[in-house]
Amino acid sequence: MTASLFVTNGPDDQRRLTLSVEGVHCPACIQKIESGLAGLPGVTEARLNYTTKRLALIWKGEASTADVFIQKLESMGYKARPFEPTHAEATDSEQAKFLRLCLGISGFASGNIMLLSFALWLTDTQQMGLITREFFHLISALIAVPTVAFAGRPFFRSAFAALSKGRTNMDVPISLGILLATGMSLFEMFRGAEHVFFDSAVMLIFFLLIGRYLDFLALANARRAASDLISMMAGSATILEDGKTRSILIRDLREGMTVLLGTGERIPADAYVIEGVSDIDTSPVTGESMPCKVSEGGALYSGTINMSAPLKIKVARAAEDSLLADVIRMMEKATQGQASYVRIADRAARLYTPVVHVLAAATFLGWILVGMPWQGALMIAVTVLIITCPCALGLALPVVQMLAVGRLMKRGVMIKSGDALERLARIDTVMLDKTGTLTLGQPSLVGMPESTKIKIAASLAIHSKHPLSVALTRVYTGDLHDLRVTEVPGCGLEAMFNGKRVRLGSRDWCGDRHASHNVSALELWLNIEGDEPARFSFTDPLRTDAKNVIAVLRARGLKILLASGDRKEAVKATAEALSIPEWQAGLKPADKFSLMQELRAKGHRVLMVGDGLNDAPVLAGANVSASPSSGLDIARNTADIVYTGALFEPILRTYDIAVYSQRLVVQNFVLAILYNVFAVPLAMAGYVTPLVAAIAMSSSSIIVIANAFRLRAKI
Amino acid sequence: MSVLLYMIPLALLMGLIWLGVFIWSLKSGQYDDLEGAANRILIDDENQPKN
Repeated sequence: MTASLFVTNGPDDQRRLTLSVEGVHCPACIQKIESGLAGLPGVTEARLNYTTKRLALIWKGEASTADVFIQKLESMGYKARPFEPTHAEATDSEQAKFLRLCLGISGFASGNIMLLSFALWLTDTQQMGLITREFFHLISALIAVPTVAFAGRPFFRSAFAALSKGRTNMDVPISLGILLATGMSLFEMFRGAEHVFFDSAVMLIFFLLIGRYLDFLALANARRAASDLISMMAGSATILEDGKTRSILIRDLREGMTVLLGTGERIPADAYVIEGVSDIDTSPVTGESMPCKVSEGGALYSGTINMSAPLKIKVARAAEDSLLADVIRMMEKATQGQASYVRIADRAARLYTPVVHVLAAATFLGWILVGMPWQGALMIAVTVLIITCPCALGLALPVVQMLAVGRLMKRGVMIKSGDALERLARIDTVMLDKTGTLTLGQPSLVGMPESTKIKIAASLAIHSKHPLSVALTRVYTGDLHDLRVTEVPGCGLEAMFNGKRVRLGSRDWCGDRHASHNVSALELWLNIEGDEPARFSFTDPLRTDAKNVIAVLRARGLKILLASGDRKEAVKATAEALSIPEWQAGLKPADKFSLMQELRAKGHRVLMVGDGLNDAPVLAGANVSASPSSGLDIARNTADIVYTGALFEPILRTYDIAVYSQRLVVQNFVLAILYNVFAVPLAMAGYVTPLVAAIAMSSSSIIVIANAFRLRAKI
Repeated sequence: MSVLLYMIPLALLMGLIWLGVFIWSLKSGQYDDLEGAANRILIDDENQPKN
């Protein structure tokens, strides 16, 4: 147990630990967990965050008590893992606070300015008096200027960042509109003019911040869920040092350390065997479904799994360099290519910004030409800018996205990046990995052999963690014989039963070498002395709905391509079973990567679905990528979309939702443009007063939000 | 109309007090777990951790 490695020390001998708790489904769990842990000696605080399912613990005493807490939680029926907040997550919570603060301040400001503005709109100067009007304007300015300076920062920052890179985004016209509206209103106020637009500036900020905040919440939730999944894998390794064993974090492993590796454990770093013989499941790295045998001196790659016997291994490369350096390098290269994607809102902004600015400039010049004083002309030009400010656009996209991401998350699909749905909606090719993606990634028994035989086989198999043994015991639920079993690494299991020697293991060791081969199946042989050896066949079953989903995806006009590192026969069998016409087998990570690059070079937009280390570069380099939550952490970390469950259907669902939400976004853009078609000529003609601006802004926002909510009916 | 000279600043002051309370609640982390807080009112106090 290694939870103590994650404990941090506070003042006065305090220890702190954050645990990510699985199994919290109802509010009653809050009390059960908190009071259960608070009752333990030394605990000063136990607080469960129900939203994030994280438990913060503070206690006095030994750091190693951490394991006691985890055991206590386990005895209550919850699974807990030490959680280390990632950097991204710390930034997220800072960002959330900042947006909430801006939202609160702009909410306060718009409420109060509206009180004054209503008075200004509903009366005229003769009725309220010049002094009162000036007074109202002054107070509005006092509220608006600090608000714009403080709460406008999310937009100013983003606009500035875009401009300094020589690009433009939606925040550029927004920032310009806000700043010009405020500046012009200040000028008009000092001039003693009739109309000021402080309310428009502040309302614009408030509305747009709502959109920004919704957008942020949806993605932060999804990112958190994904990082929970990832942290489950942040494991530890047992090392042997000066004859003593000790647990350390995998990332602290250094070259030359000796690691003790139990059966079923993942190999933490590239290493070689110094003692022991075992079978290694390399499927996470190569996609090859057959385990391979290693003995002394044999090389091991990180991410593969030790299956049949404990090993003593020596680390060949520190864990940081270990995750196959070339895989990482390829991923970095691939990720750089990805940064060139331009979100639809920004593409719209590229068209939108110049048009709006030209219109405003033309308005200004036009009114000057017909002989208006420059102040008046400028005021009308600014009104054009305000009325065209893409309030509706700023809300349209986030609301659709929040609804889509939120709905998908309830169904176990996590979208990690904002533009993933946008990119997904535009794909034309789906590249699929086989093992663990189309299949469940765990073997299951085919057919049912004689009951006496399976009983003996299961009695042997229960003593092993080999995936085939596990698959055997999963099927057999009856009584077991009590046997004294010895494991022969690389071969199988052996025991004495009724005075006869029984063996369960590989074909070479105890099977019939001349029996026919079924290429796509894995097999175990049961050999009872003096009897014919009996065969147990296993296959890695396909996800039950994979065939249907692929048929539907093909019907949607997508090209499907199966790319696997597994043997040709196995891949061919899968491709035929799923009726996928195009498939490639025996691909190394680099082959898969170049296959994907070839596709992209031909102009295809590719969705990659994969779960292994060998898929990671392709996941990073594809236009958009998805990984099952059972996948390797590096794959889940890289993928834009992580889905849970034993079905393949989430891919189809996510694709459909992506396409539909994209359609809604486009509709919203059209609505916003239509609104501009009506509003802009009015503004250019000088008919738009602050009241008209406020009404236009609110109603256009409500219309696009209402349209976005149609997504709820669909999913 | 001179009553406005008192009323409006007073109204603003009340608004500012609200804003102050909001900022305080934000800084003290009351928005970090909205779902949990909504349910905690239903939990009896006696089993809560004693500090």
